[in-house]
Amino acid sequence: MVEKKSKDKKYVSVFFEKYNIVVIFLLLCAFLSVLSPRFRTFSNFINILRQSSIYAMLGFGMTFVMLTGMIDLSVGSVVALSSCITGLCLVSDFGIFPSILMGILTGFGCGLINGVLITKWRVPFFIATVGVMFSARGTALVITNGNPVSGLPRAFFTLGGGYIGPVPNPVVIAACVFVIFYIVLTQTKFGRYTYCIGSNQLAARFSGINVDKYLTLIFGINGFTAGLVGVVLSSRLRIGSPIIASGYELDAIAAVAIGGTSLLGGEGSIVGTVIGALVLTVIRNGLTILGVSTFFQQVIMGIIIVVVVAIDMWRRGE
Amino acid sequence: MKEDKVILEVRGITKSFPGVKALNKVNLVVRRGEVHGLTGENGAGKSTLMKILMGIYQPDSGEIIFQGKKVQIKDASHAKHLGINMVFQELNLFPHLSVMENIFVNREITRGKSGLLNWRKMYQETKDYFQKLKIDVDPLKKIRELNVANRQMVEITRAISTESKIIIMDEPTSSLSDYEIERLFEAVKLLKEEGISIIYISHKLEEVMGICDRVTVLRNGEVVANYEKEEMSVDNIIQAMLGKSLEKEFPKIEVPIGDELLKVEGLSLPPLFSNVTFTLRSGEILGFLGLVGSGRTDVAKTIFGMKKPTGGKIYLKGREVKIESPLDAIKSGIAYVSEDRKNEGLFLGRDLRENITIAGIDRILNRGFIDKSKENKVTEYFVKELDISTPSIFQRVKFLSGGNQQKVCLARWFFLNPSVIILDEPTRGIDVGAKTEIYQIIGKLAGQGKGIILISSETEEILGVSDRIIVFHEGEITGEFKREEFSKRDSIMQCMMGVN
Repeated sequence: MVEKKSKDKKYVSVFFEKYNIVVIFLLLCAFLSVLSPRFRTFSNFINILRQSSIYAMLGFGMTFVMLTGMIDLSVGSVVALSSCITGLCLVSDFGIFPSILMGILTGFGCGLINGVLITKWRVPFFIATVGVMFSARGTALVITNGNPVSGLPRAFFTLGGGYIGPVPNPVVIAACVFVIFYIVLTQTKFGRYTYCIGSNQLAARFSGINVDKYLTLIFGINGFTAGLVGVVLSSRLRIGSPIIASGYELDAIAAVAIGGTSLLGGEGSIVGTVIGALVLTVIRNGLTILGVSTFFQQVIMGIIIVVVVAIDMWRRGE
Repeated sequence: MKEDKVILEVRGITKSFPGVKALNKVNLVVRRGEVHGLTGENGAGKSTLMKILMGIYQPDSGEIIFQGKKVQIKDASHAKHLGINMVFQELNLFPHLSVMENIFVNREITRGKSGLLNWRKMYQETKDYFQKLKIDVDPLKKIRELNVANRQMVEITRAISTESKIIIMDEPTSSLSDYEIERLFEAVKLLKEEGISIIYISHKLEEVMGICDRVTVLRNGEVVANYEKEEMSVDNIIQAMLGKSLEKEFPKIEVPIGDELLKVEGLSLPPLFSNVTFTLRSGEILGFLGLVGSGRTDVAKTIFGMKKPTGGKIYLKGREVKIESPLDAIKSGIAYVSEDRKNEGLFLGRDLRENITIAGIDRILNRGFIDKSKENKVTEYFVKELDISTPSIFQRVKFLSGGNQQKVCLARWFFLNPSVIILDEPTRGIDVGAKTEIYQIIGKLAGQGKGIILISSETEEILGVSDRIIVFHEGEITGEFKREEFSKRDSIMQCMMGVN
């Protein structure tokens, strides 16, 4: 009897979990389409996709981190550092592919540093990632003297600026990352371990999971996506810049949280993160088109993030 | 006599949890200024009853009459307001604050209406209470600097200072020395003289006999006996607590005992335990008996690689093994089912399937990917084999009853087919029916030639199920008994208590 009741409750909550944010997203789009003819144009649609692909990519890595119940505040700075390293490698004639690889590896390395600080040095994740946030941004400024790295080879610009058919390349890249990460999270041991570490770290240890190793790798993955975004942004902006992506970590966290991943870890999905990134972008795009000032936009964004997460907590608390 | 005045009456309280009837029409009468003993086995319903009195749980039916008026205790602060307080074991104090601040927390004395704290007055009042209770503690000391006994005294002082009418003490002596117990009893007598009633929960019958004016015995959620001081005897109480004979409750399956599986030699991790040596044979159920804190669980966790020993060797089937992590232990064929299901065992928010296959996930991988259909088959097999009652294999384990959750923990380890299984308090917090099932499962495992180490606080359980027991006291093995020697209860108890 009791079992049956909880079963019903489960289905309801699963439905809610999976679809409520989609419903909100569709309503939002419909609302804006009615309100503004400019919103419903094809070029704006492409624009939204391109903008959201950046948040989505950062969000994919952040999903892994947040599934373990942690957050990584260093990603914005790591994006900038990766951008500068890529730029400097390019102007030093490393060749395009080695430079891209260097940029991505920079991100991956920063992520691993976060992981090691947290698991081996036992620094709380908040402090560890804030530390890396400052150091990575600082390093980016030091190696560039605070100036953007320009004069990059033209061939490099297609990565972030080109199209396949009507689809911008960053969207294609984000889609590839999505497919790989989705499979990793749902079909592999690594994904299963990620959920279990987030659900109960101690029980994970007792189940024979090398928690430290997997946590380090998870932060590495998050660094990897930050590195990738650094490369893509440099290509699109045509410079390596030490001042870009400031505050992007919060956008990524917001996208993941809006997408329904529990801030306490153990529950959530990467599909949700896609929707979260889209919601975030559509709201920004819509407000801009409607002529709301950027100052006021920030107020609205803040409110929306808090409300969505509050609903999430309330729903989980039953 | 003023003792006849009833302060609290509980009438026909019933409380059910999913799958368990924790309390069934329980009656309890507490008189003013009496020490009322409450005893019964683990899981008899003592703590559920107290949680109802403290307003933490609401009863399904029945009523509570306090000082002649029917009350519905809404929550813990309501209970405190009525004058019902519980003394916890150090859980309920703020370790970084001083003794005085802890006593006056949430009802600080202020200077008039200014909101400024009157430290001097609080200090003086604390001193006064301490003098009355003969406690020698500086009110300015931080709680974390005090030992357990003194922390308890602070709790009691706090309870008195809030004008308590009833103080509930739950196993108050479990971590006290003899001298400290004496002091506690003196304090209890003083409280009695003040007209305060005490509900004294304890397993230790000598204590109950010594200090209580009356005793109520619970078994399986029902009141089975109620004795006045004159009628109390250890025999009476034990009879009431146990009810039925051992044979029925603990079905013992005879299994031939085979070769040596596990040998532990001189394992040490001071101050938790030192020089632990024993062997385990296949098909054997070896009981670890000892009080909480005697080192039995620490030994188990060390064998499983969760703690690093300072010395000693572990042999499996004659070969020495190095175990530095649970993963090493699992690879060597050792499994450990934790005493703390919720914190160390289950992934409560994840489903049955994921909980069962997590430790043995390599066995369902197909070229690096999880073979979901194989995983479902494995899960369905265990649901059937262990008779786990669940609507589906995709049910989150937090919705299962305690007994079914325990079966999920067991299934996780059976999937790995280990040769040595350590079961730490496998029947804690589960109902009687499920307990019997767990014993049957344990017997079946022994029949398959596995070596089993069973850890339990319930002496009857260990003696009912084991082939052999070793007794721990303060981190050392103080005795070993074969099944035919289990009738020597006195010497087993002496080993547990460390008296020779």
